[in-house]
Amino acid sequence: MAMDLSKATFWGYKRENGRVGVRNHVIILPVDDLSNAAAEAVANNIKGALALPHPYGRLQFGADLDLHFRTLIGTGCNPNVAAVVVICIEDGWAKKVADGISATGKPVSWFGIEQHGDHDTIMRASKAAKEYVQWASELRREERPLKDLWVSTKCGESDTTSGCGSNPTVGNAFDKLYPHGVTLVFGETTELTGGEHLVAARCRTDEVRKKFQFMFDRYQDIINHHRTTDLMDSQPTKGNILGGLTTIEEKALGNIQKIGRKCLVDGVIDKAEVPTGPGLWFMDSSSAAAEMVTLLAAAGFVVHLFPTGQGNVIGNPILPVIKLSANPRTVRTMSEHIDVDVSGLLRREMSPDEAGDKLLECMFRTANGRFTAAEALGHREFVLTRLYESA
Amino acid sequence: MIHFVVHDESDSVGVVVVEGVKAGQELTGWIMDQDKEIRFQARSDIPIGHKLAIKELKNDDTVIKYGVDIGRTVAAIKPGEHAHVHNIKTKRW
Repeated sequence: MAMDLSKATFWGYKRENGRVGVRNHVIILPVDDLSNAAAEAVANNIKGALALPHPYGRLQFGADLDLHFRTLIGTGCNPNVAAVVVICIEDGWAKKVADGISATGKPVSWFGIEQHGDHDTIMRASKAAKEYVQWASELRREERPLKDLWVSTKCGESDTTSGCGSNPTVGNAFDKLYPHGVTLVFGETTELTGGEHLVAARCRTDEVRKKFQFMFDRYQDIINHHRTTDLMDSQPTKGNILGGLTTIEEKALGNIQKIGRKCLVDGVIDKAEVPTGPGLWFMDSSSAAAEMVTLLAAAGFVVHLFPTGQGNVIGNPILPVIKLSANPRTVRTMSEHIDVDVSGLLRREMSPDEAGDKLLECMFRTANGRFTAAEALGHREFVLTRLYESA
Repeated sequence: MIHFVVHDESDSVGVVVVEGVKAGQELTGWIMDQDKEIRFQARSDIPIGHKLAIKELKNDDTVIKYGVDIGRTVAAIKPGEHAHVHNIKTKRW
């Protein structure tokens, strides 16, 4: 019998703006590559603070720069984050990112390195981080209704078992969460190639369908502009092919199993954009795991369902990533990475409903505070999406 | 015991879900959407996750999985034979 979610609750941290997080991170956020050393030094000084180093932020412009800011500000705004220390080579963009985050009402401080040097910046930023960590350590979880949970999905190192087992399990869970006003999202634009008509048919309105088709066509144009081959070994990846996936169409049809059979696509968002209401959203995004999960965290999602076939090991610094697999060999050889084993589905020992419930049970435990395998193993991939070259 | 699964009975391929399938082995398949069982003899060694043809496919035929077009054959494939990148290609890109 399917799990009754009508009175389901979870224990989360209610933030100043009403959003609810399931983690309580204090992050040290560098705006650019030059500030990584100072950010990591602060996180080393202050136990419980987490630095998010990355390689970008200089000489970007236009839509690419907008996405950079949207991703950094969104990461700071995510309700899994209690407080933020922003560090930048100069004051202007430090303040810009900090102002964007402080709109949520959460504590934020910013520091520019120029005219101070690393030593002085690290000292002042460490003092702020120490206050934040001690303050955050006294925040308490409270019981919240299921609708306060924002749940994302994206799969990785898929194989044919993803399409038969782990992806339909996410679909089953999404179909169960959808009627309860949960905010859900999927994406991976190029990975819908060959099944885009099935997603278009699931869009709630013509307006949503038009926006989806615009995003899909825009990404196809990028592929067609840059490609030199049929993308074999890239999409599908070498790992996908090793796992038995042959064409992008086959991969896409497996991928689409994640949105279940009942829920409709209620809206379309660009990369790292925040949904404006409950329901199922499509985010235009790369299909590269760390890039997309970083964009989902920046859009405000607090728990992630990640089906894998061959065994993708990805995590994220602030968004707990739950791994499920239906491939019995992966479950055996990479057990430390797998949170939910649904390989019984392919032996007909488990029904789709049982698999969906097993995943939801893990999702609630994770939301209530249990570390995922990726968290315990220290997987903190924070990977910013770039749209084109720097100036 | 289930050796391979098929999404829909209109599909031309099934997915091997056990390790170590060898040429000549008798395989039991499960068609998930219609909840039926079928039997085939493997004509090739097929790794877990890889596909076998369950219909006779000529060169340049459309391959169906999930009841949908997933590409075209670039060689003839016999039922029970390994179906993958050596005999199927995308129709896109």
